[in-house]
Amino acid sequence: MSVRHALLALLSEGPKYGLQLRQEFESRTGEVWPLNVGQVYTTLQRLERDGLVESDDPEGEGPQKGFRITAAGGRELAEWLRTPPETVPPPRDELVIKVLVALRVPGVDVHELIQVHRRHLVEMMQQYTYLKAEAPEHDVGLALVVDAELFRLEGVVRWLDAADARLVQVPAASPVAAPAVPPRPGRRLGVRR
Amino acid sequence: MTAVLELRQVSKVYGSAGPTEVHALREVDLEVGGGELVAVMGPSGSGKSTLLTIAGSLEEPTTGEVLVGGSVLSGMTRNQRARLRRRWIGYVFQDFNLLAGLTAVENAALPLELDGVGARTAHATGLAALEELGLADRAASYPDELSGGERQRVAIARAVVGDRRLLLADEPTGALDSVNGEAVMRLVRAACKRGVAGVVVTHDAQLASWADRVVFLRDGRVVDQTTRPPGAESLLTHGPNP
Repeated sequence: MSVRHALLALLSEGPKYGLQLRQEFESRTGEVWPLNVGQVYTTLQRLERDGLVESDDPEGEGPQKGFRITAAGGRELAEWLRTPPETVPPPRDELVIKVLVALRVPGVDVHELIQVHRRHLVEMMQQYTYLKAEAPEHDVGLALVVDAELFRLEGVVRWLDAADARLVQVPAASPVAAPAVPPRPGRRLGVRR
Repeated sequence: MTAVLELRQVSKVYGSAGPTEVHALREVDLEVGGGELVAVMGPSGSGKSTLLTIAGSLEEPTTGEVLVGGSVLSGMTRNQRARLRRRWIGYVFQDFNLLAGLTAVENAALPLELDGVGARTAHATGLAALEELGLADRAASYPDELSGGERQRVAIARAVVGDRRLLLADEPTGALDSVNGEAVMRLVRAACKRGVAGVVVTHDAQLASWADRVVFLRDGRVVDQTTRPPGAESLLTHGPNP
């Protein structure tokens, strides 16, 4: 999440005080993307230094200082919105590696292992859906963020479902090809960004 | 409190003994209370739809018992079972199953009319069910004049009309886009919050995630279920990082 561009977006609605920016940033993203509030002030300072925002009192400090977006800030925001997100090659997926490795480990029931991960993912999806279901219907921002997580997690569940089905077709006795990638400690399941 | 629906060691075998024998369900135990929404999740052929038709008394188990409202179905006569279906149980299917020749309100009121409720009362109750789902202005429309989302809402109105206690749904959002599907699941959830016991069978994790509890079915057996009720913990403890 780019705090820098989120703040520019909030200021594109009109001039705001530092405290107000912090509160609006928190209320719009806080529940799903917790933020270190100190980051808001640091980022505002940098934006001012770079000429993307200006304040009514360049020497002053504190929550009552007012900010507005500059023309350069507006251009920066417009450009960022249209720039495709980073398209790095997909990271080695720890879950894929676990399932591949499990095929080679004697005594491991791969279907049972898949189910353990499926249950965990569905439980996470239940929490997100609950958040969406309990939120006021006009909270479109929250719904959009939650949907993004739900679609991502659903994709992982569907991969597990496909793996489960494929592995039924593979006779248990036949050795499965060694994993194409060696396992390496990576990101935790569900932690990406 | 008595469970609204209880399956005790329910098994279902199709075909005669031998190579053509199919075990659709194997010793399934399931209990659903009033106010609870349970999703049964599994791949095609896992026995989901069989479980639903048996729970709804549309089919009988080979062995085991089904109890609705504490009454054992196998101890009932055909007529008693039919009455139970009309009064207690509502069904929602993927393809809506509305009668094309009836208006929305007539479709919603149909279970009451079949149960011998007077036409006027049935109509008023059907209309109230449609109102509850935000469809009062479409009451006089025929199914082919309604959108897919509206048709499914009429089907839900029909399923909960009057005082039905058990809502059984088979892939209820399968024919809808995700926004309309979500609207349907909000209504199912709201019905359960009012005290209805709900069972939704699906292969779709997003749909299942609306449930209070998800039961996983594989080869006719319950192999697992979720253990953490939604809302009981903060997402921030295991959610994505900023």
